[in-house]
Amino acid sequence: MTKAMTGARMVVQALKDQGVEVVFGYPGGAVLPIYDEIFQQNDIRHILVRHEQGAIHMAEGYARSTGKVGVALVTSGPGATNAVTGLTDALMDSIPLVVLSGQVPTFMIGTDGFQEADTVGITRPCTKHNWLVKDTAKLAETIHQAFHVARSGRPGPVLIDIPKDVQFATSDYTPIPKARVDHYQPRVKGDIDAITRMVEMLETAERPLFYTGGGVINSGTAASQLLCEFVEATGFPITSTLMGLGAYPASGKHWLGMLGMHGLYEANLAMHGCDLMLNIGARFDDRITGRIADFSPRSAKVHVDIDPSSINKVIRVDLGIIGDVGHVLEDALRIWKARGRKVNKEGLAKWWKQIKEWQAVKCLGYTGSDKVIKPQYALERLEALTKGMDRYITTEVGQHQMWAAQFLGFEGPNRWMTSGGLGTMGYGLPASIGVQVAHPEALVINVAGEASWLMNMQEMGTAMQFRTPVKQFILNNERLGMVRQWQELLHGERYSSSWSESLPDFVKLAEAFGCKGIKCSDPKDLDDAIMEMLRYDGPVIFDCLVEKHENCFPMIPSGKPHNEMLMGNADTQGAIKAAGAVLV
Amino acid sequence: MSALNIKKGSTSHSAYDLRDPNAQGIVSHTLAVIVENEPGVLARVIGLFSGRGYNIDSLTVAEVDHTGHRSRITIVTSGTPAVIDQIEKQLGRLVSVYAVHDLTAEGPSVQRELALIKVAGKGEARIEALRLAEIFRAHVVDSTLESFVFEMTGTPEKIDSFAELMRPLGLRELARTGVAALSRGA
Repeated sequence: MTKAMTGARMVVQALKDQGVEVVFGYPGGAVLPIYDEIFQQNDIRHILVRHEQGAIHMAEGYARSTGKVGVALVTSGPGATNAVTGLTDALMDSIPLVVLSGQVPTFMIGTDGFQEADTVGITRPCTKHNWLVKDTAKLAETIHQAFHVARSGRPGPVLIDIPKDVQFATSDYTPIPKARVDHYQPRVKGDIDAITRMVEMLETAERPLFYTGGGVINSGTAASQLLCEFVEATGFPITSTLMGLGAYPASGKHWLGMLGMHGLYEANLAMHGCDLMLNIGARFDDRITGRIADFSPRSAKVHVDIDPSSINKVIRVDLGIIGDVGHVLEDALRIWKARGRKVNKEGLAKWWKQIKEWQAVKCLGYTGSDKVIKPQYALERLEALTKGMDRYITTEVGQHQMWAAQFLGFEGPNRWMTSGGLGTMGYGLPASIGVQVAHPEALVINVAGEASWLMNMQEMGTAMQFRTPVKQFILNNERLGMVRQWQELLHGERYSSSWSESLPDFVKLAEAFGCKGIKCSDPKDLDDAIMEMLRYDGPVIFDCLVEKHENCFPMIPSGKPHNEMLMGNADTQGAIKAAGAVLV
Repeated sequence: MSALNIKKGSTSHSAYDLRDPNAQGIVSHTLAVIVENEPGVLARVIGLFSGRGYNIDSLTVAEVDHTGHRSRITIVTSGTPAVIDQIEKQLGRLVSVYAVHDLTAEGPSVQRELALIKVAGKGEARIEALRLAEIFRAHVVDSTLESFVFEMTGTPEKIDSFAELMRPLGLRELARTGVAALSRGA
């Protein structure tokens, strides 16, 4: 049944039909008709942000913690350009988003009208796909297609640019079943012969290793369960990228911890020393591989990815399987069981013996203090005091992010939201609000650094207005910690613009926003202060003053392979040569 | 960058990729990309090439199916085999792309280009230009007492050699369409 309605009403109808419950947005001239429709209904909740970048990160937090598509609504011109960082972030981390932007009326496009920008041109390289809808008759179908593209295959952000006259004009509504989506149908089932070959390889491998990534999370909770079953049944060790944390529980006995530049010693040496690498939904990012030429030199490599372009992009693999992680794991598990559940027990026992030796190094050790709060200690206490709670963690970007990945444990998927690929400072606060909107009763903590946090701190206003009791746990070292660390190690300790001379008083700032501020600088007071934060029913800004010059270890210096890690300050003298310094 | 002797260019697309970019030879491939003929589709394809540092040696585009709104983009590109493989997969990933054919890899293909060549001159040079045009089967599509415009169709190499011969005879301007290509056989 088709029904005539205005373009603006069509937008709201299409969102309802797609099951959208919440939209993060900011009004402006070019989207006023849509806001008028939002005003006249109660099914879709609108969260008014303070800056459009915040809207996109909130939608990302919502999407990643629920597995649903996140939706944001922004106006033309500056509204759309402010969304660009968030769109790029979502593209890099494969987060499904539908972003609606207003545009000047079609007859004004190209005239440099007020708040006009070439939004589809600007966002073409930072979306999976985008559309400029010039005809109201095509609007509803385009929105349905947009949801399909955002969530199918490798998920990602899409944008629909809607001129104001298209919002006012009337046409027939296209319901979901009539929207044409057949032209975009990425392959989800893996090739059975290739999967069988993978099973043969894992049956005989002496030193196998699961290396998993965000693709497992994106595939859905069933994929994480299948992965856990596979790991438990084979007894293989497993490591994960930053994006994949939680797919296999941190308390699992086969867990080696995160790998990569600031990954665990045992995880990186296992990557270097394995003879079979099973890459499940990861993409051989440069934070993971280190020097390509020396990356895991003796292993056969299998790569399962839904995106064909990920396979052989950076690392040439011996076996590529194109398909959805969940489907491939299901088939692999079934075939492996049918063939008699074989593994190389002898080889595996030796491999684990070796791994235990690496684990005994205790690479996350640090020098404690009873005078000053060590950032690692702060996270250890946060972990201990929130363990077992219905907890979601977001982070900003920098040292605190890496410490959070090292010291916090995730027992399930969708519990860890961090900006991996793009490394967007300012992600964590809005993302935490998005998570809290999706999970009103849960404990949502943004582990932050003070510099990142200031980048989108205006969103505390959003947190207050919509009563999202997010906890902002700021590890305050009064430095741009990771920049400072690199300057110490790579730039002769010349700390160029890497500290903040005039930070706000975070407790007063909290009061100004109307929320609670807590300051803690003594390790003895830390537990009580954290408990005070957890008990408070509302948003909290926790100013945790930590050691100012702590470095994040282990660290694989730029341009070095996995087996040349720096384990602590003593290792750092002259460790990074000029050729490494040129890399990021 | 130069002081550290790290090579730049499309083949070293990651700063971590310190492999010798010359370890694999550069090859030229012709790709046929079938796309939905919608606004911005060419910008998507070109943006992919510039954004990822791939080369475009030649590009032609036109709608080939008016009812289905499908266009065919023929791209001649060059790079290492790994880069060519990436280009094909990255193109395939675009939502507006229906199919990508690597005509160079899939078997023999016919490649043709159309060129308009303006040559101005008098006397012997003018007669020689006309004589060579006959040998190359170029047609005269415009003439004055002091100039010709030749039209010729052929492989890019044939057009190159004709243009080279015309240079001393008074070559003024050259317009080329870029390569259109189809695989041989059914």
